This record gives sequence, structure tokens and C-alpha cells, in this order.
Amino acid sequence: MKRRDFLRSTVIAVAGTSLPLTSMTWIDPREAFAANPDLRWIFLVDTHKCVGCGFCVKACKYENDIPQETNATRTWVERYVITRDGEVHADSPRGAHEGFTQRAIDRGTVGPLEIADEDIVQAFFVPKLCNQCDHPSCVQVCPVGATYKAPDGVVLVDRSWCIGCGYCVMGCPYGVRFFHPVHHVAEKCNFCYHRIHKGESTACAVACPFGARKIGNMKDPDDPVTKTVMSQRVGVLKDGFGTDPQVYYIGLNMEVR
Amino acid sequence: MVVHGELWTAKELFVLPNEFIYWSIQIVMYPFMTGLVAGAFVLSSLYHVFGFKQLKDIARFSLVFSFALLPVAMLPLMLHLSQPLRGSHVMMTPHFTSAISAFGVVFLTYACIVGSELWFVYREHFVETATALKNKPVRSSGENLRMKLFSLLTLGAWDISPAALEKDHKAVTVLSAVGIPVACFLHGYAGFIFGSVKANALWMTPLMPVIFICSAVVSGIALCILCYIVTMEIRKFLAGRRNAKSADIPSIEQLKGAQAQEVRMSSRYLLIFMILAVTLELLDMIFRGYTAVKSWDILRSVIYDRDFMQIFVLQFGIGNFVPFVLLLLPGLTVRRAALACTLVLFGVFMMRWNVVIGGQAFSLTFAGFMHYHLPIIPDSWETFREGLAGALLVAVTPFVLFYFLNKIFPVFLEEETN
Repeated sequence: MKRRDFLRSTVIAVAGTSLPLTSMTWIDPREAFAANPDLRWIFLVDTHKCVGCGFCVKACKYENDIPQETNATRTWVERYVITRDGEVHADSPRGAHEGFTQRAIDRGTVGPLEIADEDIVQAFFVPKLCNQCDHPSCVQVCPVGATYKAPDGVVLVDRSWCIGCGYCVMGCPYGVRFFHPVHHVAEKCNFCYHRIHKGESTACAVACPFGARKIGNMKDPDDPVTKTVMSQRVGVLKDGFGTDPQVYYIGLNMEVR
Repeated sequence: MVVHGELWTAKELFVLPNEFIYWSIQIVMYPFMTGLVAGAFVLSSLYHVFGFKQLKDIARFSLVFSFALLPVAMLPLMLHLSQPLRGSHVMMTPHFTSAISAFGVVFLTYACIVGSELWFVYREHFVETATALKNKPVRSSGENLRMKLFSLLTLGAWDISPAALEKDHKAVTVLSAVGIPVACFLHGYAGFIFGSVKANALWMTPLMPVIFICSAVVSGIALCILCYIVTMEIRKFLAGRRNAKSADIPSIEQLKGAQAQEVRMSSRYLLIFMILAVTLELLDMIFRGYTAVKSWDILRSVIYDRDFMQIFVLQFGIGNFVPFVLLLLPGLTVRRAALACTLVLFGVFMMRWNVVIGGQAFSLTFAGFMHYHLPIIPDSWETFREGLAGALLVAVTPFVLFYFLNKIFPVFLEEETN
């Protein structure tokens, strides 16, 4: 074989093999699904607007196949009542699944506490859900990587991979995790990931009759939620844990735990 | 529909809807059993590495016992998992930012070290047994099976010349030396799993791994002494019955002397580690009270009020102070040592209980409490695996394993042949 022919054949062979190799780039399904540098999901809760009706809790359970009768929930509402003597009384009976239909504060095995109207200085409701932290401790502690953070900031759980050790449940400072009663794996709010990627809002935000819950994109400066977060006084829960939560609250009271 | 943890959790005052006692009795058993493994190994290493000749007898005993305990360290975790069939994922696809996955790697390393050490210690026995059976002109089917088993266990290394045995001895020393830090790491990691949970005010302390290591050594030594005493009592009983027939086996007096000597020596090491463990635990408590950060209010009410009985009476009083006095009083008898060791084991178990259950006794709201009611009657798989029955299964398994392991690795081998 002539040197010229050899070189020509080599060039053709290298070009021929490199083409399929380049087409076989490793694809991470998470990246393919959610890699978008212009997307970071955040949530805004306006405590001034929440009336504790519990529609959000019910809607969340319907949407995400959590049995309604289960005493654990992806999202819930807390009631805070501050009395004249400075005492803070709080409860969330069944996560406020039925709303706050009783005046008395639910105190579990201790029994209900009736508070007279004239003793109440302040009372308000605070909805809670997963904070989809920027540095989620649940992702850090999961021994098999079943809990992971998508590039758009939402922390997801792979139900087919979770071993059910409960380390993430213990590691979450916000108590948002529990075990699914049917699937027996760690469960948590994922901002209705299946909905928001179709351009829809979360089930709880849709169900809220007063607009107390909103989802937004932090990377979009024109997003109304982003505008509120950037321009108003908003707070986050338990900032001291260094998890960098991404659920922002309007009117967050220091009594909220 | 009941969610996990709801069956045994009672809530008081303001507790978040998803909060339950998720880590129950099996997670109490897990550090307890792991601690026994690590402690038993450290006791055996005192002879193999540091050359404490007086512990020769109990060293081999504790090494075999450590091996019997090894699979049981994983058993509570497997029973606790909601998806036990996926338990191997921790080894296959470890996520290295998690303390649990790193624990899997350390556990496997440790298992290899203990297994290898055992092989080097017993290789001579394997060769001698297999050779003796081979030389036997007529063998029963059981003896044939034994011969095959012991031939297999030699792994083809039949050389038992003094030079080869010397090499074995060196290998044991090296493996023991490497094993001590790995054993400490193994149990330190169990402490790290708790200590690194920043969401839990009671667990989060860098002292947790060290506290766990010290109490692990305490529990391991106590269990080895206790089991050694029980085994020797059985041997004394058997010796009493057989002495009339054979003069080859040690007499009751010989056994008594050896037993008293070993128990006295081991008890001294037990006392040293007890002082370390209790000092660290008290230091942690005093430090929390002295610094009194925001969580101290709820911790104080749990430690000094709700869990007072479990912590100060059962753990520190009956589990630490009483055995400490029993072991310190002059003229230590075997019976007194046995009682002290039983109480020490109880104290370490209570320490694990108070850490695991006590750590979950208060809500993340710092305004409510949770009470754990241990399921006694196993009326479902959930109440079996996370209840008293599951805990007993975990507690009994190492003894059953030890019985069978003793057939292959006889713990009183040398003494009997002498």
C-alpha cells in the first residue's frame, strides 16, 4: 500500500469512527429533562392571605396520591395564637386537612386548650411545604442518592431507589419528610414537579382561594414572584441551618418555628 | 391508613404533622451491637498487639465472639429499612456524602480484617484437624464432611513448620494493629451518623463519635467477660462430670484459677474505659448546659424531667455507678464481676436508648414532645421488626452464631490440647 493510500484510508477510518462516538455522548436524564440555566423554582407564601381553610392540603394529597386519611402530609398549615401573657400557642391538627374548624388549640395527648377572645393579641396561619433548599441536608445524607437535587433546584425522591432508612427524614430541619404509607419510601413535596414542567402551577397554589401560595422562577427578573422576593421584606424558615431554603414568606413572624 | 412511626408515637403539645419516632428500637440495637463488635475486637487486640499475656485466653474468645457479632451489626439496619431488599444499594451505589454509605465500606473492610485474623490464628488448627482426619483409616460420613470442610478452610496452606507459624503470628499482630483503628472508626462512624444530623439538637455534637467509641469498648469488654464467665462455668460443670473418666482435660481448680485471673485482668481494662466513657458523656451534658443555646430549654426538660429516670437512674446510676463500685471494691470475685458486667451492658444499652429515643423525644418546633411506646406484641410485620420481638431476635442471633462458630474456631483450643 502506498503511503498516500494509507493516510487517506486512516483519515476516512478515524472520521468514520469518531462520528458515531460523538453521537454517543453520555446523557444524564435529569439534565436532559431539567437542565436550564434560566430556571430556579422558588415559592412565595403570603401569611397575611392564608385563612387556614386547608384546601391546599387536600388538593396536594389528591394530586400526589397521598391517602387523604393519612396523618402525614406534603404540605400543611399551622395556626399561631399569641396571648396577652406573651405565650405562643400553636397547632396543626392533621396538618389542617379539614381546616381549623375548632377554636380550641390541639395539644395532642394533653388535650385541647380553649383561649378566650379577649386574651388573644395576635393570631395567624402559616402554610408550610418543602423548602427545596439550595444546600439540602436530605440530599447530603441519603446513602444511595435516591434523594437528589435537579438542576432547576427542586429536590426529588426516586421511589424505585429509596431504601427507606429514614436518614433524610431525620436530617431535614423542617420536618417536611415522612414515609409514604403505600410505597413505604421517603416522601416529600416536590413543587408538583409533573405540573410545573408543563407550565402549570402547583396543586396547592391552584387550590388556594386567596392567593397565599405562588410558585415562580428566580432566574426570571420579570416573574411576579421574583419581583416580590427581590423588592419586599420576605423571610425564610430556620436560616441558621445553612440549608438556604427557597420558600419565601411575606409577614413571617419570629414566633414561627 | 397508618404512616411509618404512627403506631408507637404519642404526641404532646405542638408537634409537626409529619413528626414521629422514626428511628425506633432497631436503631437503638444497631449502635449497641456495632459497639459490641468493636469492643470485643479491641479486647482481643490488647493481647495480640500490646502483648498483655494475661489476656491470652480471653483474647481468642473475644476475637471469635467479635466475628459472631459481625453479621448482627447489620441485622438491625436491615430489619429497620422500609425496603430491606434494596439494602445492598448502600454497597453497590454508595453516595459518599452520606455517613451511612461510608459506614458500609468501613464495615466491609473491618469484616475482611477480622476474617483474615481469625484464619491466621486458626490455620494451624485447620491443618492439624484435617491431617488427623485424613490419617484415620476408617471415617464416618460426618468425619468425611469435617475433613473436607477443614481442608477447604486451610486454603491450600498446609505448612505448619515453626517458621510458617511464626509468619502467621506476625500477620495476626499486623492485622490486629490495623484492626484497632478500623474498629474504632467503625463505631465512631455510628456516632458520626447521629452527631452529624444538624436538625437534631441533642445529637449534634462532635463528641458523639468519641462517646460512642468509648462506650463501645466498655460494652464489648463487658460482654466478653460475661460470656467468658458463663462458658467457663459450663466447662467447670462438664469437667466435674468427666474428671473421673479422663485426666487429659483441665481440672475444676485449674479452670477456676484461669477464670479468676482473666476476669480480674479484663475488669481493670473495663474500669479504665468506663471512666473515659462516663467522663465524656457528662462533659457533653455539662457543656450543653453551660453554653445553653436556644435548644437547651427543650433539651433540659427532656434530660432533667421527662427522661430523668432513664438517664440518671437507669443509665448513670444502675448502669455506671453501681458496677463501677462493684468492680472497684477489693477482692473482686467472679460472681461480682458477672453482676457488674451485666449492669454495664444494661447501662450502655440505656445510653444508646437515651441518645436514639431521647433525641427524638422533642419536636422540631421546640414546643412539643413525642413519646415512644415499644411494640410488645408483634401483631404485624411492622410491629415485629420494630418491636420487642425484632430486638430480641437481634440480641439472640450472635449467641447462636457463636455456638456454631465455636465448632470451627474452638475458643479454648490451646488449653485443651495442653
